[in-house]
Amino acid sequence: MSSKSQLWAKVSPWQRWREELVLRALFICALISVFTTLGIIYILFGESLQFFAHVSPLDFFFGREWAPMFEPRSFGVLPLVSGTMLIAVGALVIALPLGVGIAIYTAEYATGRWQKILKPTLEILAGIPSVVYGYFALNKITPLLQAIYPDTEVFNAASASLVIAIMILPTIASICDDSIRAVPKAVRDGAYALGTRKSEVIAHIVVPSALSGILASFILAFSRAIGETMAVTLAAGATPKLTLNPFEGVQAMTAYIAQVSMGDVSHGSIEYQSIFAVGLVLFLMTLGMNLLSQFIVKRYARKYE
Amino acid sequence: MVNSHSSSILETRNLNIYYGEKKVIRNVSLKVPKRTVTAMIGPSGCGKSTLLRTFNRMNDFIDIFRFEGEVLFEGTDIYRSKTDVTEFRRRVGMVFQKPNPFTSSIAKNITWGPQINGYRGDLNELVESSLRKAALWDEVKDKLNDSGLALSGGQQQRLCIARAIAMDPEVILMDEPCSALDPQSTLAIEDLIHELKQNYTIVIVTHNMQQAARVSEFTAFLYNGDLIEFDETSKIFSHPAEKLTRDYIVGRFG
Repeated sequence: MSSKSQLWAKVSPWQRWREELVLRALFICALISVFTTLGIIYILFGESLQFFAHVSPLDFFFGREWAPMFEPRSFGVLPLVSGTMLIAVGALVIALPLGVGIAIYTAEYATGRWQKILKPTLEILAGIPSVVYGYFALNKITPLLQAIYPDTEVFNAASASLVIAIMILPTIASICDDSIRAVPKAVRDGAYALGTRKSEVIAHIVVPSALSGILASFILAFSRAIGETMAVTLAAGATPKLTLNPFEGVQAMTAYIAQVSMGDVSHGSIEYQSIFAVGLVLFLMTLGMNLLSQFIVKRYARKYE
Repeated sequence: MVNSHSSSILETRNLNIYYGEKKVIRNVSLKVPKRTVTAMIGPSGCGKSTLLRTFNRMNDFIDIFRFEGEVLFEGTDIYRSKTDVTEFRRRVGMVFQKPNPFTSSIAKNITWGPQINGYRGDLNELVESSLRKAALWDEVKDKLNDSGLALSGGQQQRLCIARAIAMDPEVILMDEPCSALDPQSTLAIEDLIHELKQNYTIVIVTHNMQQAARVSEFTAFLYNGDLIEFDETSKIFSHPAEKLTRDYIVGRFG
C-alpha cells in the first residue's frame, strides 16, 4: 500500500487554485462583452434622451424632412429610414432568390469539382472590404445603370442595392446550404421512394423542411444590409430624400451617421446628439430582426428529433 | 429452393453488388413470389438491406454503388429498361427503418406522392382508404391537418405505410420497419403485414428472426453477401438445408 501511494503525486493546492483561476479569467472575458453591450446601449439611450429634449419624438419618428444642418432645421427621420429600407429591400430582392438558388445547387446538385470551386469563391466575396464594393458601385455599376437607364443619378440607391446584394450573398447561400444539407437523408429517401423526381423532391420536401434556416438567413442578411455603411455612403450619396425611386440618390441612416461623425460637429450640439437618435433607430431595427430570427429558428427547429 | 414457384414478381439473376472495391452481394439469384411475404434475414452487414434497395433502385443515390447481373420486376430489367426509374418506384413502394414522415400534415403526407404523379381521383377518399388500409384511420381521422411528426413512432410508421399504399403499388419493400418501435407498435405493424399480403407483395428485411417466422411465407437467409438459403419460412425454421442457416436460426452467431 505505502509503496504504491509513493508512486503517485498528491493533488497540490496549486492545481485546484489553477482551476479556479482559469474559471474566473474566462468569466471576466465573458463579462467584458456584456458590459460593452450595456455601455453602448447606455450611451445610445442617454444621448438620444438629450436629443429628444430638443426635438419632439413625434416630429422625429414621423417627420418627412431631414435637414439637420440648414435653417430651418428639421429632424424627421423617415427619409433616412426609407433610404435604408429602399437599399436593403432592393438588395434582398436580388440576393434572396440568387442565394437560395446557389444553396440548392451547391447542396443538392454540385459534385466534386464545382463544389470545390463554388464555395471558396463565395467566401472570397465575403472577404472583400466594403469600401471596395462602394467604389466599385460608384465607378462601374452606376455608369452601367446610366447606360441602360439614362436618368440614373450619379449617386443612386440601385447601385448600392446591387453591391450589397453581392455582399450578403455568401451569408444567405452558406446558411441556406447548411440548412438544406441538414434535412435528413431519410426524408429524401421517403420522397424518392414514391416515384418522384429530384426537382419535385427539392421543391416540395427539402426546401420546406429547411425553411427555418432559410428564413433565418434572410433576416440575418437584412440586418447586415441595413447596418452596412461604407458602400451605401459611397454609392447612394448623402441626400436625404423620401422616395421609392431606386435611381435617385438617397441617404441611409448609416451614411448620415458616418457623414456627421467625420465632419467637425461640436460635442453636445444637436447634430451631434442626432446621430445617437438615428443610431438608436438602427439599433432597435437590428435588435428586432435578431429577436425575430431567434424566434423563427426556435419555432421551426424542433421538427426533426 | 423455390425456383419452381411459377408467378414471381421480383427476381434477381446472378446479381453482384459492389460498394467501391468491396463486393457486398455475391452472385445472388432469387425469385420473390407474388402476393406473399418474403423475409430477408441475416447478421448485420450481410447485404440484406442492400439487396432490398436494388428492387426500387434506391442504391442509385450511393456514388460508389456498382452492380453486375439483372434485377427484374415483372420480367422487365429495371436497371436497363428505357422506362424511367420513377415509374418503377411508383409500383414498388418502400417503408424505411426509421419512420420518415414529411413535415407537412397527415393528409398531405398521403396525397403528395399521388398528386405529383398526376392522380386524378378524389384525394379525400384516397386519404381515408389509405389510412384505413394502414389501420391508422380511427386514430387520426380528427386531426388530418396536424403535422405527421406529431404522431407517435408507431403511428408515424403506419403513416409511412399508408403513404406507400396511396401510390397503389404492387410491391411494398420494408427495411426493418419495426426496429425503431416498441413491442406494441411492432405487433400492430405485424398484424398489418398480414392484412396487406392479400393485395400486395411484401419483402421485409428484419434482424428479428421471430418476426420473420411470424410474418413471412418465404425466407431468404443471407450471409456475408451470399444467399445461403431461400425456401418456405416453415422449412427454413424447422429443417434448414444448410448448416450455416441452422446455426444462425438457433442463435449460434449473428
